[in-house]
Amino acid sequence: MAKRNFKIYRGDNEKGEFVQYEVEVAEGMVVLDVVHRIQAQQANDLAVRWNCKAGKCGSCSVEINGKPKLSCMTRMNEYGPDETITITPLKTFPVIRDLVTDVSWNYEQNKKIKPVKLAPESKTEKGYVMYQKDVERAQEFRKCIECYLCQNVCHILRDHQKQDKFIGPRFMIRAASLEMHPLDIEDRIPEIKNDYGSGMCNITRCCTDVCPEHINLTDNAIIPLKERVIDRFYDPVTILRRKIFGPWKKKRPPIKN
Amino acid sequence: MLDISDIKTIEHDVLIVGAGGAGLSAAIEASGQGQSTGIVMKSLLGKAHTVMAEGGMAAALGNVDARDDWKIHFRDTMRGGKFLNVWRMAELHAQLAPERVRLLEEWGAVFDRTKKGLINQRNFGGHRYPRLAHVGDRTGLEMIRTLQDHGIHQGIETYMECTALDLLKNEQGAVCGIVCMWRETGTFVIFKAKAIIFATGGGGKAWDVTSNSWEYTGDGYAMAYEAGADLMDMEFNQFHPTGMVWPLSVKGILVTESVRGEGGILLNSEGTRFMFNYIPERFRSETADTEEEAARWLAGDQSARRPPELLTRDVVARAINAEVKAGRGSPHGGAFLNIATQRSAEDIKKKLPSMYHQFKVLAELDITKEPMEVGPTCHYFMGGIKVDSDTTMSSVPGLFACGECAAGMHGANRLGGNSLSDLLVFGYLAGKHAAEYAKGLRSTSSFKTNDASRIIQHATSILNREDGANPYLLHEALEQNMQKHVGIIRTKEDLDIGIREIETLKEQYKSVKAKGASQFNPGWHEALSMRNLLITAEAVARAAQLREESRGAHTRADFPDERDEWLQYNIVSRKGSDGKMELHKVARSAPDPELERIAKSTIDNLEAEIATERGNA
Repeated sequence: MAKRNFKIYRGDNEKGEFVQYEVEVAEGMVVLDVVHRIQAQQANDLAVRWNCKAGKCGSCSVEINGKPKLSCMTRMNEYGPDETITITPLKTFPVIRDLVTDVSWNYEQNKKIKPVKLAPESKTEKGYVMYQKDVERAQEFRKCIECYLCQNVCHILRDHQKQDKFIGPRFMIRAASLEMHPLDIEDRIPEIKNDYGSGMCNITRCCTDVCPEHINLTDNAIIPLKERVIDRFYDPVTILRRKIFGPWKKKRPPIKN
Repeated sequence: MLDISDIKTIEHDVLIVGAGGAGLSAAIEASGQGQSTGIVMKSLLGKAHTVMAEGGMAAALGNVDARDDWKIHFRDTMRGGKFLNVWRMAELHAQLAPERVRLLEEWGAVFDRTKKGLINQRNFGGHRYPRLAHVGDRTGLEMIRTLQDHGIHQGIETYMECTALDLLKNEQGAVCGIVCMWRETGTFVIFKAKAIIFATGGGGKAWDVTSNSWEYTGDGYAMAYEAGADLMDMEFNQFHPTGMVWPLSVKGILVTESVRGEGGILLNSEGTRFMFNYIPERFRSETADTEEEAARWLAGDQSARRPPELLTRDVVARAINAEVKAGRGSPHGGAFLNIATQRSAEDIKKKLPSMYHQFKVLAELDITKEPMEVGPTCHYFMGGIKVDSDTTMSSVPGLFACGECAAGMHGANRLGGNSLSDLLVFGYLAGKHAAEYAKGLRSTSSFKTNDASRIIQHATSILNREDGANPYLLHEALEQNMQKHVGIIRTKEDLDIGIREIETLKEQYKSVKAKGASQFNPGWHEALSMRNLLITAEAVARAAQLREESRGAHTRADFPDERDEWLQYNIVSRKGSDGKMELHKVARSAPDPELERIAKSTIDNLEAEIATERGNA
């Protein structure tokens, strides 16, 4: 047990202040444990979101010493023994109270994405047939726990506040998980360009750096989607081919048995 | 004085409380039936407890072992539940699970695949064949995200961070609404509905060591109980054998059964693979009795029997408990779970990525090199709201229940993997039948305004009183009490003490005080959920005291064996007219003879019968 100092933002979107807490910290504790201890002993009404406490639900995202993190997966021994630890709410979203922010904008973005539509001819009486190597890319994106850390650090949203122009990295990878689903036949490329704002991203990779699931958002999802947009809308060869051979059709791997 | 007409009212045909796998399945179905559907949840959408499920969902798809069949799944479920399951529910579950899993794929779930490109299935405790459709060890996330992403296009209204407080009934005693509170603002809202479905999960937060999150405070049990519904089988609380035991701050966090499904072995401090010493008679003929045979099974030999680590959860949890008590525990009071010696590092990272990550970060331990330390953790309620098997309606008209908050499907012990499939099957059935029930009513009916005022006044009094008990400390006292006196091994003496302590805490609760204002105030939320936890804990402890036998997850040291006479009864708790909890021994109805025959067949006979049926088809 050792006494540690914490500074936590208390307040709402209009006004607030940093409050200091001194807490006994035991071996093996994560930052969320400390927040809970403060809540139980010193500030019963300290607002914080959390659920699983095992890095699986993505509820407890905050900024710790300025770095966006899951507080349940951030161990106290990552910090020096005398270091004061400062916890603030996610900067990109409006504060509801203390460490809780209003993330409802993200839920609105998700509704913009057209749902999955599987090729009916791939359905057999034993279900759909697709192979492990073909589903792995979609599975990578489906590991996302919606912690919104990527949305929080994306400078288009955080610094430039272009929430009306860009859907954010989380939903780019959700679109990618559908576009790269081996049996999906829906076309989302026009929306990716026009509504989701794929052109806004200038590939600074901040989203990839903060992802607690280690999803390679930029290289595996966003860049390939940008390429698909370019192929469709800007590549003269493709445009010519479309004029000659008719409209674009999504390619799917052949069904093998 | 409070004027109810000032409180906002929202109307739906069907309202669902809880947005895990069961609630979302129910909402999708009810909405699909053309009913105006709303879903209320304590957390944000997609964060419910389902997200933590790891191993998979059990369904007799037969993709990995073609011999699988609903009858074998049904037999496994009944044997795992020690024959106390509601027969019809176990039947419906085993029959409907495959089509519900395939439907999930249609809605976008991307399961791991077999070599032939079908949904892959893995081994799990108590399941005869590889049966669990899965995605690595994050199957629950896949399920909830799929239902969420499908659900948002079905015209369902979602109400996030909204806590349900209590049900409202009409003059005829049918459920017609529910009072809720927005967590963000602390203001109240009344939902009026023709039918209400509870999908509120369990109450593991009554224990100190639990895999459950803060949401698991028995809200559905308590609200249903207060509305006059019957609770059943509350004494059956599953302690998952493998929770983390170290560091202390993560004690209880789940270590998926898939570790054992993928070959992980349990060892004591002497290095003995002790599960060979704990094989129950009922499972002896179907379990490997040497390490050599277990190794052959892991290598894929279909003639070898399953390793004893894959016995049902109640058996494994008691075995670990006994080893620790005998002084053969690991340094932090658990057993060693080793996958490092059974699989390559690459395999482990591929099959169990989130376990690898969880131990690496939280315990600074590399599971591809070292054994984990694990011990029992309170995980799941087999009991809950008593429902009709086919319609899922409770004993109160208009109130339906599905998922963990409903009783019956799992009997005295649930098999791993049967929960996610339960959510899909009974969520769907609840949505379907609640919608049909709602269609039979012309409009929502009016509630008694006094009831609504009383509910709201109880909630606000916690904030308004000058001083009183700290809700966090009350909760901690309850957790310690349940852990110590209503834990994995129970005795009459302990249960007596446990019940007395619950009575004391109930008294203290009457003066509980939350400090601060009403906006997003966790202390207040904690105080509100304490009422539910106390009712849940009391129902558990009293039922555990009444059932004088050991069956499945309910273990009485003073009655160490199953007793046939107790197989004839379920214990039902309900609120008496004097406001006190009443317990009843309710005789079970006789099983359908055909189902009984299937469940009690030897495995060889049943497999031969299925092979013959298929040969003739």
